[in-house]
Amino acid sequence: MVFFLQNIINALQWGSFYAMIALGYSMVYSILMLFNFAHGDIFMVGAYIGFGVATGLVTLSATGFIALPGWVILVLTILLSMFLTSFVGMIVERVGYRPLRDAPRASAAITGLMIGIILETGNLALMGARRVSFPPLIESVTYNIGGVFVTNKKILIVVVSLAFMLALHLFVQRTRYGMAMRAMAFDFVVVPLMGVPVNTIARLTFAIGSALAAVAGILFGLAYPVLDPYMGIVFGWKAFVAAILGGRGSIMGATLAGFLLGFIEIFVAMIFPSTLRDLIAYSIILLILVFRPHGFFGEPYSARLRL
Amino acid sequence: MRKGLKWIAAVSVITLLLAPVAWGKAELIKVGINAPMTGDIPKVGEGSKFAAQMWLEDIKAAGGLDVGGVKHPVELVIEDNESKAESAVKTNTKMITEDEVLVIVGPQSSKQAVPAGDVANNYKTPMISPWSTNPDTTKDRPYVFRGCFLDPFQGPVVANFITNEFGFTKAAVLYDVASDYPKGLAEFFKKAWEELHGPGSVVAYESFTTKDADFSSQLTNIINSGAEVLFTPQYYNEVALIVQQAHELGWKKPIVGSDSWGSAETIELCGAACHGLFFSTHYAAAGATGKTKEFIDRYQAKHGYIPDDVAALTWDALGIVGQAISTCGKITGDVEDDRQCVRDAMAKIKEYDGITGKMTFTEEGDPIKCAVIVKISDKGEYEFYKSVCP
Repeated sequence: MVFFLQNIINALQWGSFYAMIALGYSMVYSILMLFNFAHGDIFMVGAYIGFGVATGLVTLSATGFIALPGWVILVLTILLSMFLTSFVGMIVERVGYRPLRDAPRASAAITGLMIGIILETGNLALMGARRVSFPPLIESVTYNIGGVFVTNKKILIVVVSLAFMLALHLFVQRTRYGMAMRAMAFDFVVVPLMGVPVNTIARLTFAIGSALAAVAGILFGLAYPVLDPYMGIVFGWKAFVAAILGGRGSIMGATLAGFLLGFIEIFVAMIFPSTLRDLIAYSIILLILVFRPHGFFGEPYSARLRL
Repeated sequence: MRKGLKWIAAVSVITLLLAPVAWGKAELIKVGINAPMTGDIPKVGEGSKFAAQMWLEDIKAAGGLDVGGVKHPVELVIEDNESKAESAVKTNTKMITEDEVLVIVGPQSSKQAVPAGDVANNYKTPMISPWSTNPDTTKDRPYVFRGCFLDPFQGPVVANFITNEFGFTKAAVLYDVASDYPKGLAEFFKKAWEELHGPGSVVAYESFTTKDADFSSQLTNIINSGAEVLFTPQYYNEVALIVQQAHELGWKKPIVGSDSWGSAETIELCGAACHGLFFSTHYAAAGATGKTKEFIDRYQAKHGYIPDDVAALTWDALGIVGQAISTCGKITGDVEDDRQCVRDAMAKIKEYDGITGKMTFTEEGDPIKCAVIVKISDKGEYEFYKSVCP
């Protein structure tokens, strides 16, 4: 039982990352009908920006100029990195995707791959091949609850990511911009004719997705404090799987599928030999997609309409 | 007749012009370094490069490499293998066919050295891997050598050490199944441990694949298995994550590693979580004496940190290469003949006294040398703990 509960905690943490990155994929896909394959690398850029901001603030704090406690640095790091990374997202949209908006989908898809490679190798050129160690902003405290070990970081990661997902959900459902996004997801041709500014909405979508990826990157840095320029690739693929599994453009779906992916990976490794983890985990997901080709919350009609 | 004389004159003039160049200038010796400058373990590449450059400095200071009384200039061809098997193969092929190197030093990790060794052997080019401990690197390859001990030796060394030091009987292993070195060593450790404590005494044998960052489910399995010690033969980037996550999941028992832990970067990434842990390796920097200390001091003065085992082994490998080229007797400029000559000379070296210890070579081109158990001190230094000889 303790063993089982421990793995649930593990899966919750791991799933949070997939969920947060899947949201970025899902949003862009629903509005512009393109897979932003660079999203995994934007997550990596977010983590590095977070690393830069956090290291800067820690150094500043250490000089005694303004002594900030660790959690204040963490909050500032998250906010500042979200802001900065959202610009990276907007630049990617402006440079990589807008000129290709009417191009065949395949061109837009490989643009994503190319931007991904540019971001990876650009980082390699900038930072060098050295791994960087994310500063431990908050002291790790481990709680032993009847044999189940939970750290304050794990709680923080799950709570913060759920809070951001809820905020995004409210934004999309309750605000005018959110309404415009939903409308564009519904029909990309007619809605702009009714006065919805396509470019603004596209930019906003990229900004929000990238900001979320930055949050994921910083939380990732806290939990797994070794960053490298290629950390976003496999992670991006898997989160992409979650986005598709969740259903086109569904925030609930992407969140749920992200957590499901985390649970499947962790529990497969618990039951089967860990060597077979991804083999079995992704076979299960393939099976789910065979029975639900549009994901959990996807709408079959819009997919037929546009693809 | 006049035409014939003209020709003779022209040819003699050209010959006279060229002669000083041909006689006065000794053949350039090119040594290839195949190292991971980028990718998963760039610190390993950096150590290899720095050690090689120091070696070259010494050669230059001596006016070249002395081969049969002639001083030959030496050039290093340092190429990046991105820490990937396929790139290491490509790099070796390029250095052999395009750069026409005489001998290759590297690749460092077995993941690259095993496939790259095949290329060197096929092209009949001598290659020496300073750091690759997997037996397959040199097996049935007369042109491939190495500068370190092997995993069939290292596995039992660690198993014996844990048994004698702690008296444990139940061990867990966590390793990367997609990489030759951890996979090979994990198997040798398991075999040695089960010989000591009976079948089933490795109570958890968990794996992951390269680039994984979350080991929580494997570690939860390990903790649940009742293991008393965790052996994880991983590279420095994973060591930090594994050790920290194990502690966060409530693991308080020892974690033991292998020579891949020995990088200067391990402590930087892992921090205090790694203090007090043990690993087996090729040499211990703290407390070194003689020429080992000389090398360490020189390296530290130049690059600002203590050289790790890769740097020291690369230094020794280049020393062996230098000796082999010298004993070869003559460098003709015909790179294929010279390669054969150097490979034969290298195979004839029976003993070499390097900074990582005395080594004697077997038929396979593998050295027999001692291993060192290192303890990571509370200051994060690699302290000599004990030496284990075959």
